[in-house]
Amino acid sequence: MRADLEIIQQWIEPNTRVLDLACGDGELLAHLSSRKGVQGYGLEIDHDNITACIENGVNVVEQDIDNGLASIRNASFDTVVMTQALQTMHRPDQIVDEMLRIGKECIVTFPNFAHWRARFYLAFKGRMPVSKFLPYTWYNTPNIHFCTFDDFEKLCVERNIQILDRTVVDHTLRDRWWIRLWPNMLGEIAIYRITR
Amino acid sequence: MDPFAPDNLIESQHMPSVIPADSVGLVTPQTLHFDTPLALACGRVLERYDLVIETYGTLNADASNAVLICHALSGHHHAAGYHSMEDRKPGWWDSAIGPGKPIDTNHFFVIALNNLGGCHGSTGPTSINPETGKPYGPDFPIVTVKDWVNSQVRLADRFGIQQWAAIVGGSLGGMQALQWSIDYPERLRDCLVIASAPKLSAQNIAFNEVARQAISKDPQFHQGHYYEQQVVPKTGLALARMVGHITYLSEDGMREKFGREMRSGKLSFDFNPQFEVESYLQYQGERFSTAFDANTYLLMTKALDYFDPAADYDHDLVAALSHAQCRFLVVAFTTDWRFSPERSREIVDALVAAGKQVSYAEIDSAHGHDAFLIPSPRYMELFAAYMNRVALGINTEPQQKENADAR
Repeated sequence: MRADLEIIQQWIEPNTRVLDLACGDGELLAHLSSRKGVQGYGLEIDHDNITACIENGVNVVEQDIDNGLASIRNASFDTVVMTQALQTMHRPDQIVDEMLRIGKECIVTFPNFAHWRARFYLAFKGRMPVSKFLPYTWYNTPNIHFCTFDDFEKLCVERNIQILDRTVVDHTLRDRWWIRLWPNMLGEIAIYRITR
Repeated sequence: MDPFAPDNLIESQHMPSVIPADSVGLVTPQTLHFDTPLALACGRVLERYDLVIETYGTLNADASNAVLICHALSGHHHAAGYHSMEDRKPGWWDSAIGPGKPIDTNHFFVIALNNLGGCHGSTGPTSINPETGKPYGPDFPIVTVKDWVNSQVRLADRFGIQQWAAIVGGSLGGMQALQWSIDYPERLRDCLVIASAPKLSAQNIAFNEVARQAISKDPQFHQGHYYEQQVVPKTGLALARMVGHITYLSEDGMREKFGREMRSGKLSFDFNPQFEVESYLQYQGERFSTAFDANTYLLMTKALDYFDPAADYDHDLVAALSHAQCRFLVVAFTTDWRFSPERSREIVDALVAAGKQVSYAEIDSAHGHDAFLIPSPRYMELFAAYMNRVALGINTEPQQKENADAR
């Protein structure tokens, strides 16, 4: 399993209801359903991913998250998860609000734009960072709202969002001890567990 | 929506000299007689009735591989294959049923029926009323989706099918599948609801009423007793079909197919059909009016109007669907405005709120409501992927055991 999903699944209680926004091929939900008896649903817009979810026996609903989640009832899920998609949203702040409305807890992961490699790229090349992990150029990238860990935590303070857990990982999605020394410089991806 | 439309939308199909490898081949309908009285929602009782069906594939030893196909407004039991080598085209859902197709007859045993009230062999307005010795005509009771499901339960019993592997339907057929999941939750494992809705909107009912008025105002209708007069209300039925047909297509689809093309190339300044779309609709109406029964058409539109499973649960669809135990696949098509994707979403949202297993896809198509009958690559791929999961639930062991015993 993808290393970040391994970390996330540890934060999810057995026999709960989970909504996975941009669930991909349903890997996390398939795992949670078979190992933890979780009742899960994924939202996805990519056609191949939707077919893959169905092949994997994962409940998947074709829905563009950018159009809102109004059809989903308040507090109807124990956990709402969104991995690696926050930076692709038109309004990340609104989607986080919506996630917290639907779920008692939320787990979000996103890449850190303040990672030293990105800073180095911008500072010395004077161009938008392109890496193996974020392989897009500025005009075709789906990542339209980059932020840093510090930016996200500032948003949490402003919106009265409580951070329950945070794990910062490298580009292989693994937790390294040295990242904890200066996460906003050394961490590439953050996994936050939040509530309100 | 119906078996009459798609041949205009896809390349014309002709019975090939050799049956294609992915066809169920030559099929013969069979008529099943039922003697146990069936109490109907309207309060009347059908003492005895016939259901005409077709089956494809082989029922396995423990009857765990059965799939029921529910038809839409003008559909019937001939869903796949050919009746004879002279047939111009195969059954109405041949694209989805057959060896290697989404409903793969290598795995599944498929039953397709003509519903009560139909005009293709099952007991309906054209059948002889045993009490009078004359056709029922307008005296045939108004049947509902619930009544159909009850009659289909007896069909399952007749075959020894305790639990359907899946019940599949498009449009009005999807409504029957949905009703099954609520009324007989333990009797199906999967429910496929395609291009359907949890109930009709005022606009849907309005279009149905125009169709009914067209039929009942036809001078040849004779209050439904036209059989005795040896006439049929052709004009009314053709008009009903024309208005229905408009709702099955999308604006984009019509523009693409007809645009403002004219048959003669210039305005003729009279009231004869000049635009291609006019002659197309007239042709469709004309053809339908000789192939379908007007009383059945009235009945089927009423069954649509009356469908509202939430009504039994204080108009709470979540409460209604909380009884379901099966998994669901709900599919809608982008340009379908008869039962738009939003209507399918009502079903999906209620299923999610009720904590049921459900997947939903919205297929891009220019074909409007008719898209559910037209095989587009993504639709067929998704359909097949889901049915492959359904096939995992088939119990293959008894058959293997039997083979072992035979040795």
